[in-house]
Amino acid sequence: MADLSPPSGTGPLAKREARLAWGLLSPTIMAVALVVVLPLLAIFWISVKPVELGDLRAPEVVLREDLRGDSDVAGDEVNIRYRLRNSSQDQPISGVSFADQIPEGLQVTELDERCTLEGRDLRCDLGDWEPGLRETLMIPVVIGQAYLDNGLRPQDSPASSTGTSSSVLTNSTFTLENFTRIFSSDEFFEVLWVTLFYTVFGTVGALLVGLFAALLLNKSFRGQGILRGLYLFPYVAPIIAVAFAWLILFDPFSGSANALLLQMGVTSDAINFFGERPLALIMVTVFEIWRYFPLSFLFILARMQSIDTDMYEAADMDGASPFQQFWYLSVPQLLGILSVLFLLRFIWTFNKFDDIFLLTGGNAGTRTLTVNVYEQAFAVSNIGAGAAVAVVIFGCLLTFSLFFLKYISREEGL
Amino acid sequence: MRRGFLTGPVIGALWMVVLSVTVAVTMSFATGDAFRPSILWSLLWGAVGGGVVVALGRDRLVQIALLVAVSALVLIGIGPMLMGAETGQIPRVFGAVLMGLGFAASITPILAEIVPGELTRHEFEGAVIRFLTGFGYIFFTAIVLIPFYVMVMTSLKNQSELIQNPLDFSIDLSKGAELFRSYDELFTQFNFGTYLFNSFFISVLTVVITLAFAIPGAYAVARLRFRGQAAFSRSILLIYMVPMIVLALPIYIAFSMTGLRNSFWGIVMIYPVTTIPVALYMLQGYFRGLPAEVEEAGLMDGLSRLAVIWKITLPLSLPALASVSLYVFMIAWNEFLLAFMLLDDPSKFTLTRGIASLNSSEIPRQHLMAGSVVATVPIMALFLGLERFMTKGLTAGSVKG
Repeated sequence: MADLSPPSGTGPLAKREARLAWGLLSPTIMAVALVVVLPLLAIFWISVKPVELGDLRAPEVVLREDLRGDSDVAGDEVNIRYRLRNSSQDQPISGVSFADQIPEGLQVTELDERCTLEGRDLRCDLGDWEPGLRETLMIPVVIGQAYLDNGLRPQDSPASSTGTSSSVLTNSTFTLENFTRIFSSDEFFEVLWVTLFYTVFGTVGALLVGLFAALLLNKSFRGQGILRGLYLFPYVAPIIAVAFAWLILFDPFSGSANALLLQMGVTSDAINFFGERPLALIMVTVFEIWRYFPLSFLFILARMQSIDTDMYEAADMDGASPFQQFWYLSVPQLLGILSVLFLLRFIWTFNKFDDIFLLTGGNAGTRTLTVNVYEQAFAVSNIGAGAAVAVVIFGCLLTFSLFFLKYISREEGL
Repeated sequence: MRRGFLTGPVIGALWMVVLSVTVAVTMSFATGDAFRPSILWSLLWGAVGGGVVVALGRDRLVQIALLVAVSALVLIGIGPMLMGAETGQIPRVFGAVLMGLGFAASITPILAEIVPGELTRHEFEGAVIRFLTGFGYIFFTAIVLIPFYVMVMTSLKNQSELIQNPLDFSIDLSKGAELFRSYDELFTQFNFGTYLFNSFFISVLTVVITLAFAIPGAYAVARLRFRGQAAFSRSILLIYMVPMIVLALPIYIAFSMTGLRNSFWGIVMIYPVTTIPVALYMLQGYFRGLPAEVEEAGLMDGLSRLAVIWKITLPLSLPALASVSLYVFMIAWNEFLLAFMLLDDPSKFTLTRGIASLNSSEIPRQHLMAGSVVATVPIMALFLGLERFMTKGLTAGSVKG
């Protein structure tokens, strides 16, 4: 009698399906590993390295050659001069050597003991070099007629040099100085506070403004589509274009906003919106709200339009006023999307770099953690410290993400 | 508060303040002349107007009376909006009539259900909501339009005009083609033609590469059963929680050391990876919604999985592909940080990087604004033309900010 129980375990078909799935996913996984995971690991590595912006260029042998002396007639005695130096002032290079071709018609009369000559091929081994070492090598030669005829000069055959140096990035020097440096600086806690202010108010503000806009457009009338498109403009336009438009609008000397306020008598002096201490932080937060309210608006509107209208009719019959309907019917329905949006926007606002960088460059008390990465790495030229700040950011994000993953599994899917 | 003779004047007064600020700002921006709202007069006349509407009803005659009265008050100089002495005759009359018309036309519908006596909760809240709605439309339209208006108008002016009166955005049409001088200079002297081409080329390539990676990946996550499927579809979300600046630093180092900095291919390698997770997430949501039966029928008829994807799934998901492409195009077109860090050679600049290079004290700022307009207009046109795809795409993917 045949066995009628269903097959157990993974059959060959299921295995083939899984293999195909991994095959289809592998390009993505590889690309993401290369551009996301690898750099993240690199950040941890760099953060414990004493590396500066200048260290990115590995020390190398700089070589120049020329001919010294008169070389007009055959028989003249001249020197081929090689000038070499170590490009780095603080890194040694080991095993330095160079190779060159002596042009035809030049007769080498005497050779430095470190060099060998085979046919026309010159090879010199110069050993290990101290940082910043300079060296000049003279090779006396006699001019032959062939040299004058063929017109080939020593410089025409470029000399190739070799030498190995250890880069700070790959050697085994480690330091915790980057971390002590960023944690002990006075600014660090100000940076944290600014980040917190910007993130919390930017997120909550964008949500509330988005909610208001969604309430406005949650009815059908002519031109609703146009208005909806219009209200998305701030989000769709290139960040650099709108950031500069704001800067010009709020310019302290020739900005329209100041001219308007002066004319209306609101202030008597021009206000430096993006340059004064508490005001600049408020302005970048307002900019953040302005730029990202469309996103919350779009999601909230989509959710609102999927709420059943019967409920509102029933509430109307029972005599609930519009505000009561909003508070007791709409808000509970929207709570899911609002909390998901809050979490997502919280993390993205925390990660935001371009906006503040373009508006204030992190000056006037607007330096957030992300701007601090750039500031440390490129303005102070200390890549290691920048990476250390990035590690701090990553730590914060990991905390948020754990919270987020735990939360989103219970929330309606986004 | 819920009495008609109280609600009417209060809402009327507040509404008049909103209107006078709006009209004053609009007139200032349009003419450059001095218009300013007077809060005190606005409150007073608004209250009177609101009271009149509640007391006398909402017929045509009351509306006309309000129009004439408000316009006359503005012209006399004790109205809700004050005008400077040097303002010309035509803007004066125009502003006054605009003020009167705006108030007369809008206050009657706002106070539609308000009667002098006791109000029900419904009537009262209805009026408050209509007031807030009107305020909301004005507020949002203003905050969205003003920056773009300033951007476009600044690009059409010249340095001395800008400094003379920063408020004057009126355009002298008689100048003709001279108006577009900054644009002309951008394309002839600042190489913006190349930047435009570079941006376009890089964005299109990014879209193509992103789709090539994301479509198979999304299909696998949505349709095929394998261990770790659930974990995978969730961890995609995690990837776009990583801030760009954290990745940009090691990428900068790696590119500097390998000589990929300042090259087209370096940028084209990085951009798609920043968009693949979003695209994959959006597409897998859409693929899940497609009926599996059609694909199974294809499999039964002897098509391989890849042929099913190519012949059945993709044609069915063209709308989703369109919105994903648009969205990816937008990200690549607007990208600033990586272009700024990785490109130094002016012949390889993208538009955003090119605009950043215009931000110096030696280059007049109408050039900066003209550059911004050049970068904004294509994406706006694309967006408005395909708005429905775009909104759908944005909501479907929960989207990166």
